[in-house]
Formats: sequence, C-alpha cells, structure tokens
Amino acid sequence: MEATLDLVVPILAATLRVAAPLILAALAGLFAERSGVVDVGLEGKMLFAAFAAAATAAVTGSAWAGLGAAILASSALALIHAFACVTLRGSQVVSGMAINVLAAGLSATLALAWFRQGGQTPPLTGAARFAPIPLPGAEWIAEVPLLGRLLVGVVGGHAMPVYVAFALVPLAAFVLWRTRFGLRLRACGENPGAVDAAGVSVARLRYAGVLIAGVLCGIAGAAISTAQGAQFSPEMTAGRGFIALAALIVANWKPWPVLWTCLGFGLLDAVAIRLQGVPVPGLGVPFPVQAIQALPYVLTVILLAGFVGRATAPRAAGVPYVKER
Amino acid sequence: MTSAAPPAIECRGITKRFGHVLANDAVDLVVHRGSIHGVIGENGAGKSTLMAILHGFYPADSGEILVDGRKVSIDDSADAARLGIEMVHQHFMLVEPFRVVENVMLGAEGGALLKHGEAEARAALKRLAEEYGLAVDPDARVEDLPVGARQRVEILKALYRGAEVLILDEPTGVLTPQEADDLFRVLRALRDEGKAIILITHKLREVMAVTDRVSVMRGGKMVAHRETSETSAAELGELMIGRRPAAAQRPAPSAPGPEILAVEDLRVRDNAGVERVRGVSLALHAGEILGIAGVAGNGQTELLEAVSGMRAPESGTVRLRGEPITGLDAAALRRLGLAHVPEDRLRHGLIPEFEACESAILGYHGDPAWRRFLGLVSGRKVEAHAARLMRENDVRPALPRLRSSLFSGGNQQKLILAREMEREPDVLLVGQPTRGVDIGGIEAIHERLRGWRRAGKAVLLVSVELDEILALSDRILVIFDGRIVGELPGGAADERRLGLLMAGAAA
Repeated sequence: MEATLDLVVPILAATLRVAAPLILAALAGLFAERSGVVDVGLEGKMLFAAFAAAATAAVTGSAWAGLGAAILASSALALIHAFACVTLRGSQVVSGMAINVLAAGLSATLALAWFRQGGQTPPLTGAARFAPIPLPGAEWIAEVPLLGRLLVGVVGGHAMPVYVAFALVPLAAFVLWRTRFGLRLRACGENPGAVDAAGVSVARLRYAGVLIAGVLCGIAGAAISTAQGAQFSPEMTAGRGFIALAALIVANWKPWPVLWTCLGFGLLDAVAIRLQGVPVPGLGVPFPVQAIQALPYVLTVILLAGFVGRATAPRAAGVPYVKER
Repeated sequence: MTSAAPPAIECRGITKRFGHVLANDAVDLVVHRGSIHGVIGENGAGKSTLMAILHGFYPADSGEILVDGRKVSIDDSADAARLGIEMVHQHFMLVEPFRVVENVMLGAEGGALLKHGEAEARAALKRLAEEYGLAVDPDARVEDLPVGARQRVEILKALYRGAEVLILDEPTGVLTPQEADDLFRVLRALRDEGKAIILITHKLREVMAVTDRVSVMRGGKMVAHRETSETSAAELGELMIGRRPAAAQRPAPSAPGPEILAVEDLRVRDNAGVERVRGVSLALHAGEILGIAGVAGNGQTELLEAVSGMRAPESGTVRLRGEPITGLDAAALRRLGLAHVPEDRLRHGLIPEFEACESAILGYHGDPAWRRFLGLVSGRKVEAHAARLMRENDVRPALPRLRSSLFSGGNQQKLILAREMEREPDVLLVGQPTRGVDIGGIEAIHERLRGWRRAGKAVLLVSVELDEILALSDRILVIFDGRIVGELPGGAADERRLGLLMAGAAA
C-alpha cells in the first residue's frame, strides 16, 4: 500500500503541476477563439511572459513583480494580435505565427543582452520564486489513512499559479455561459453579424477575448519560469502552447473538457518524467528518454487525427468581421 | 384612410451614393402605425439601401428621417433599436448553435448575469406566442429549426426589443407557401396591435394579399405611392419595371428537334441525406428551352447538380443522345457536349479572387490552345482569348487582368456564359442565370439564351424567377417537393395555374 502511494503520489502531484500552464494557455485560447479570433500565438505569448517574469523577478527579487511583468508583456503581444486581426482584419494564423517567431527571438536576444548567460536569466531563489503552499492543517490531515496522504501530497504543496489555473476553470465556465459578456463573446465567435445587428460592438468583444487570452498566457508563462522552474532559458515553453491548442480542440472549446484533457496530457508528461532512467522490465536497458518525452506530442497527433472531425470550432473563428454592404 | 397622429416613419429626400451609383435619389416615404406598407421594386431599385439607412447600417448622404414626427439621426443599429425600429434580415441574423431564448436575449440581456434576463425572456416569449401565434420552443437550438421557425425567432427577437416599426426584407423568399401564409397572419395581428410594418418584396402577389399601402421604387427613385385597394398587380408591375411587362416577349413556338437529353426517375439526396429529388423524369429536345419553375428549395438545385455531374444521384439514369452519362464528372460531361452555368456564380461559376482571364478558362484550362512547352499554360494566349470573349460578348470593362470579383454580377455571368458557349455544346444547363443581375444585363443574357435556341441547341433552364421562366421557356415543368407536378406550354402558360402548381396547390 505504502509502496504504491510512494509511486502514485509524486506522479499525481507532478500531473497537476505540469497541467497548470496547459490549462491556463488552453483557457486563453478558449476566450480568444470563442470571440472569433484564432490564436496560434499562445506559445509565443507564454514564452515571452516566462522571460518577462524571470527577468523581472531576477532584478527585483519579487515573484509577484515578475507575474505583473509577465501579464503586461503577454498582453502587449495580445494587443498586437488583436490590432492585426480585428482592426486591420489580417490573417489570424499569420499574425499568431509572427508573434511566436517574435517572442522566440526577442526573449533569447534580450536575455543574452541583459544577463550575458547564454540567453538564460540568473537562477531565482527565495521570494523571487512562487514557493509551494502547504495545505492548511496538513499535519492533521496527513494522519487520515490513504486519503490524507493523497490530499496533502497531491492537492497540497503547489505554488500559487497552479491553484489559480484550477480555480479559473469553473470561473471561465461561469463567465462564458452565465453572463451577458459570455453570451455576447460566444455569439461573436459563431455569427458576428447577429451581434452587430443587435447593436453590440464586435470589435470591442474580440479585443476583450484576445486580451483575456493575453492575461492568461501571462500567468501561464510566469508559472513556467518562476514556479515550475527557477529561471528562464530559450525555448523553455517547448511547444506547450501548441499542446494547449490541441487540448482546446479535443475539448471542443469548452472549459471543463479543457481541464480533463490538460490533466490527461499532464499525466502523460508526469509518467514520462518518472520513467526516465527506469529499466525496461526484462531488457535491462533504460526506457529511451527521447521516446518518452515525445509521448505527449505523439498523443496530440493521434488525438487530433481522431477528434478534429468531430470537434466543432466556433463557426466564425478565423474570419475577420466585415460589415455587410 | 387618414390619421391625426404623425406617421411612425417619415423619410424626406433620402439620397445615398455608392461611388458613381446613385442608389437612393431623393426618396420620400411615409409609413403609418397600424398599417402594412409594401416597398416594391426590382433588384437594384434601391429598396434595400433605403431600409439599411433606416436601420442605421450606413448614413444617408442627405435627407432626413422623422420618427413619430421628431427628426432623428440613426447612426447604428443600436440607435434604430432605441427608436423601436427593428429589421428581419433576408439572411437571418441568428446564432445557430444558440438556443432560441439566447438568440432573443442577445443584446438585450437585462443585466450582467443571464439568469434574471432569461426568465424574463421566457415569460415574454410565452406572452408573444399567445398574442400573435408565434410559437417557438425557447430551448430548441436554432440550427435544428426549419426556416419558417427561424424567421419567427427573428420576429420574436424584434418584438422582445420593443419594436414599433418592423422591417421585413424579402421575408417569403425562403418560405413554403404554407409558411408564408403563417407569416402574413402574424403580420396582420401585429398591424392590428398598432405596429408599423414595412414589407420589402418584389412579389406582387404578396403585396396585393397583405399590404394596406404600397410604394414603388425604380432605379433609386420613389416612383409611386398607392393604396393597395386602389391599385392592381398589373399597374404595380408596370410601375416597377417602367413599361408593360414581359407578355410581348414570350417566345414564339418552336419546332423542337430530336430528344437529346433524357432524365429517367432521378433521385438525389443533399449533403444532409435528405432526398431532394424524388423521381424526376424529363426530356430535353434540340432547339428548345425547357424551363424548370419552382419555389427555391424544392429540389431544383440538386436536380441541376446531379445532371451536371456535381453530385452523384441516388438512383436513376441520365442519357445524352441516348448514351448513359449518369455519374460522369463535370469535365467528362463537358467533353461530351454538356456544359453548365451553375446557380451559384461566385462559388461554382468562377473564382472571385482570380483574374477574369483565368476565370474565363476554368474547366477548359487543359486546352492545348493555350499550352506552351512542357505543358505550361501561356498567360499571353489566355489573356488574348479572354480579351476576344469579352469583346464578342460585351463584357465590361473588357480588362482580362481585372479580378473577377470586381465585375458586376451581369458581366460575370456574361463571361461565364461566353466560356460555356464557346465550345458549342449541344446541351446547356443554366441555373438562376440572372440572379443579382441588373435589368440591362438580364436582357442581354436572355437574348443570348434565345439566340442559342434559335441555333438549334438545347437549354435546360432552372430559375425561381417566374418572369424569367415565362420569358424564355418553350415548355415549363413545375417542380414541387422534389417531383415534377405539372407541365405547361411556354408560349401560352397560364400564370395563375403556374403559381398554384409552384405552391403545390394543384395537381
């Protein structure tokens, strides 16, 4: 029993930890695409936010200042995306990819210029990182057999951004399906003409959707460099923005399925981390690390191939709104 | 009928110019409460522009609008809504995956949270359903509703927003006759409640049946106002087109040649799997124009698609000169001498983003006439070819390098006709040849088709415009609900009987 728990608890804890930025990024994409703006720039926004968070935290020594900077940096990119897609009615995919390229280059270059550590930021310690928050009353809960250890080990002990990510799922569901703003935002992604005919500004709603995505990607980026990690290094988001995009599609653009899908990806990632160096039973050689690390990406391809047909994207996503006649 | 109250809507000298086109030229219109007011005119007469101005889609260049006697400015649809002016668009402005109640609430949610507003909207829907017979399930998804019900949702939306003036743009174009009757019943109930209703249409039958007053537009001008009880369909028709209608232009009887195209018991399903063509048989002879008349959505689109090779039929045979051609693709059919001018010009007829000369060789792009070494296509030869086609067929402007989308509908259609007729096919399938084409263009296109028939070729014409069917066809088949329900001779077709057949009301 104890042995099983020893194995399972760290894996589940890691699952929540690695799923958090995915959830944040997928929810970001959810808001943008529900408003009708396709956002393939999640990756770039997250990466740039991760850099901004680590750099600011390194200089100021405050993780919270880093978070603020991350949100500002990511929102600035989101604003560019909104301007290109909504105001100029440009191609949303091209704009998103441009943001990815810009963020990858700019973050590495600025890091090199400012810190001279090969594109990395200095390691963060103490208040410059988001520390794990133990579960209140952990000592007593841990006494409860089985459940207690799961609760303390899996649910407790995460940094602030992880809890924010999970709290945002019900909040997003509430905002999108129970509020006036949500109704209008979703309508914008399906038939902006109807929104316009109802006397509501399509442009304003789409700017709002894309900017919310900016803020969420900012938190996700800060989570990666100042909570999960302890510094920024180039390309550190490693395609998570695209996995989030895949999760969004598999989840059919709905918040709760986004949670489950991201947890699934997270679990795979956590198992992959755990299996590193473990010998294959009967062969005596370790699991090839690269093959394990590739698993989430392989799963993404398989899921997308199997699910895209059934997924129904917001109908107007990707189409700039032009008033008829 | 005089009323002491100021009119619900009064337009004075509304003028609107698009580039060099004068869409509205000093237009006046007075609409009273408690009346149904028809605004009629042909395509491009300026009706839609006038209504768009009333609804705040764009501003007038000059002129003024008075609502209940007060001068107002309507800058956007929110302004129009505040003044109680609501519009039921020809293409519904509904969010299809949303439920009915959500569509009704959109833009008038009554608070930041939906809970309260939804309860209110439900109550209002129930009340409106009882008051006007506008019953729709508030929890049904719009995408699951038939067209008639969707239109009711649009009307409910307008009423929920407190519409006092309701503008309906060609509301019956997509309705079955039964649905249209329901609509008229609702409109009369609304009128009796004191609402002002503006009905934009080009169908004289509807105007005579349901309106109290009627205003006629032609070429951007308001040419007449009439009490419906004091006018007739004939007078209105004349006012609309500015001359006696088409009777004189009906084709002289032809002496049709041998049978060239035969369709036997054809059955076709649409993309949703619904059987749209339910056992159609017909024969087309050389030297005749066979018109397929019918209200849109009765299977004529799928029939044309199946015969032209765009859609595989479920069962049945199509024969060309006695040889079975069922299931052959469009390219093979073209080689056999069966050409097709599709209904949807911009989706199937040409590629809007392509240059005119490229659109002019679509489907014939493999022709060795413009082949260069290594099988490359010679741009110079293609351009020269298009230039000649444009010159010979009076396509304006005659600029082969201009993007296809920048030509007017009539000129696009002339180019497509020229392309398809160039190879002198024995059979020409033509769908909605003059949809969205101005009057001058219509005449030119009709003349081309008549000339084609005189040359001994066969034309299968599918059109929802009755006037077009009457002006061109030697024989008329009426399609209703996927079946041919009647055949009439073209020259002396009884319009009333044709109308009844199209409505499925006579066997």
